Amino acid sequence: MREWPWRLERRASPSGVMRIAAPLLAAFAMLATGLLVFAFLGKDPLNALQVFFVKPLDSAYGVGELLLKATPLALCGLGLALGFRANVWNIGAEGQLTLGAICGGGVALFCSAALGKFAIPVILLAGILGGAAWAAIPALLRTRFNTSEILVSLMLVYIAQLLLSFLLHGAWRDPEGFNFPQSKAFDDALILPVLIEGQRATLAFVLMLVLAVASWVFSSRLFAGFRMLVSGQAPAAAAYAGFSEPRNVWLALLLSGGAAGLAGVCEVIGPIGRLQTDISPGYGFAAIIVAFVGRLHPVGIVLAALLMSLLYLGGESVQLELQLPAAVTGLFQGLLLFYLLAADLFVRFRIAHVPRAVAVA
Amino acid sequence: MSSEFLIAIFTGTVVSATPLIYAALGELVAERAGVLNLGVEGMMLIGALAAFAVGVSTGSLWLGYLAAAIASMLMALLFGFLTITLQTNQVATGLALTLFGLGLSAFAGRPFTGMPIEGLHALRIPFCSDIPIVGPLLFRFDAAVYGSILIYLLIDRVLGRTRAGLQLRAVGESPAVAHALGQPVARTRYLAVMFGGAMSGIGGAYLSTAMTPMWVEGMSAGRGWIALALVVFATWKPLRVLLGAYLFGGVTILQLNAQGLGVHVPSEILSMLPYAATIIVLVIICRDPKTILLNQPASLGKSFHPDA
Repeated sequence: MREWPWRLERRASPSGVMRIAAPLLAAFAMLATGLLVFAFLGKDPLNALQVFFVKPLDSAYGVGELLLKATPLALCGLGLALGFRANVWNIGAEGQLTLGAICGGGVALFCSAALGKFAIPVILLAGILGGAAWAAIPALLRTRFNTSEILVSLMLVYIAQLLLSFLLHGAWRDPEGFNFPQSKAFDDALILPVLIEGQRATLAFVLMLVLAVASWVFSSRLFAGFRMLVSGQAPAAAAYAGFSEPRNVWLALLLSGGAAGLAGVCEVIGPIGRLQTDISPGYGFAAIIVAFVGRLHPVGIVLAALLMSLLYLGGESVQLELQLPAAVTGLFQGLLLFYLLAADLFVRFRIAHVPRAVAVA
Repeated sequence: MSSEFLIAIFTGTVVSATPLIYAALGELVAERAGVLNLGVEGMMLIGALAAFAVGVSTGSLWLGYLAAAIASMLMALLFGFLTITLQTNQVATGLALTLFGLGLSAFAGRPFTGMPIEGLHALRIPFCSDIPIVGPLLFRFDAAVYGSILIYLLIDRVLGRTRAGLQLRAVGESPAVAHALGQPVARTRYLAVMFGGAMSGIGGAYLSTAMTPMWVEGMSAGRGWIALALVVFATWKPLRVLLGAYLFGGVTILQLNAQGLGVHVPSEILSMLPYAATIIVLVIICRDPKTILLNQPASLGKSFHPDA
């Protein structure tokens, strides 16, 4: 029988270079698939690719939009990554984001007058607490009742969205809003300041960068972060060292929930300016991809969030310019994660050339 | 309360349980072989779209169901290739499959949004369908409902009473031992995952061609995740999947008919019920760690390397 002269060979130790190269490889594979998809849809593929990936960034306003959309993605991704490293699978960031928006938005609607100039910090804090409280439910159920945080956090996404819809169809609806399910617009004093006049990216982007640094310090310089990493990589060693598993679960979920809540409240007192039923085009789910593509590392996550943000902008751009469905964004997001998982093969394996004579022997 | 209303509640329960039965039984087979596929939601959506698209284009719902099974099986094959051959993390890959399915179905389904389709017909079984009360209760469903019962009987029989079922369970409990005894671990897992995919596809097809005959982006609305929860709830036993699915179907239908029953609760709060119920039953089942330890396939979620 003829043998294929190339074989997969296990590396002696995982390749550090490939860990960094795999996301790039995946991004290129996604681009190549994009060419095929656009050609299949009867568009000039190179032109379509240009419209998707370059056009959105050809103005200062476009770059601002990139930062604007990258902010919630990175905030959610940074939090989720802390959990993923510790083997805690919070996939309900979308729900925690919604709760953050509800709590922060609620404070903005009803208590802002009493708070004076402290209004914005209090609103942000309410958003963080709302997201953390929503994530506390899966934390409690996993540590106390052994229940999968994956399923619970996901079910809570649907419940959070229904809760928001319930509020906006009832008590919180703008009485002068022509019956639209939305609250009245927040007072101008409560809106986050924009970074550069004429663009929409807000102070939240800076907050996100600060949190990225904080998350790097937490996970690589603090003992609590080390304990979480050991629990994820080597549960037996963590148990032997006496690291408390419930504490890690709580920490991972509260931190990621709080970060997602912050993302949510920054959206509603940022670019949206009021509470409405659709506050996120799936940022909480896309953040799962951001976390993986960013290699669960803060720097990587910020970069991955920028890429993912570009995918959202590109989707809008091809819809506007080429009349293609914006849903192509979701397709690219899914492909990117798949290619990344496949490319990760080369972290542990390499392709080795096996001369035929040896292969037969 | 009229008997017609009670009959409507009963049949509605059975109908809304049917997609869950297919998806959860399929996932049960994959999990009994040791593979946790969190991509059920994505595979259901692909199945729903494939059935609708092929059904509309060819006019044959049977071809639609076939297409749904094949399309979702291909998705599962992709998942299998990544997790079984390339040994990627099953949780991450399953999430990827769901996100990919959401994106792909939203993208490819654009032209079909808002199109009409003639849904699956209820069967007319001569004589039986016309018996008062019993007829409307048991003999006026569509073929897919009866199919779900047949699939249950088949899976229960094959898993529990045949050599192939024993091999599959052995692979799920201890792939190392199964491998040492010469069982093809990878092949068994591939087949189990692909079967699970096909079942999810049919479950999805039922959504878009029978329950609500139309294509809507994201129309599975978490049913794939509820199916995953059902497998845990059922402690990996087929009969309990069936009962659990009817329980959930009942919750869904009661919620939809609550206004008719004179319950005045806002519809958003009622719509939370199936999701809240999922969390509650999970807590009840998982509360005792021994229940899970004794029933969960021992190698669930773990990759197997024959050379390690």
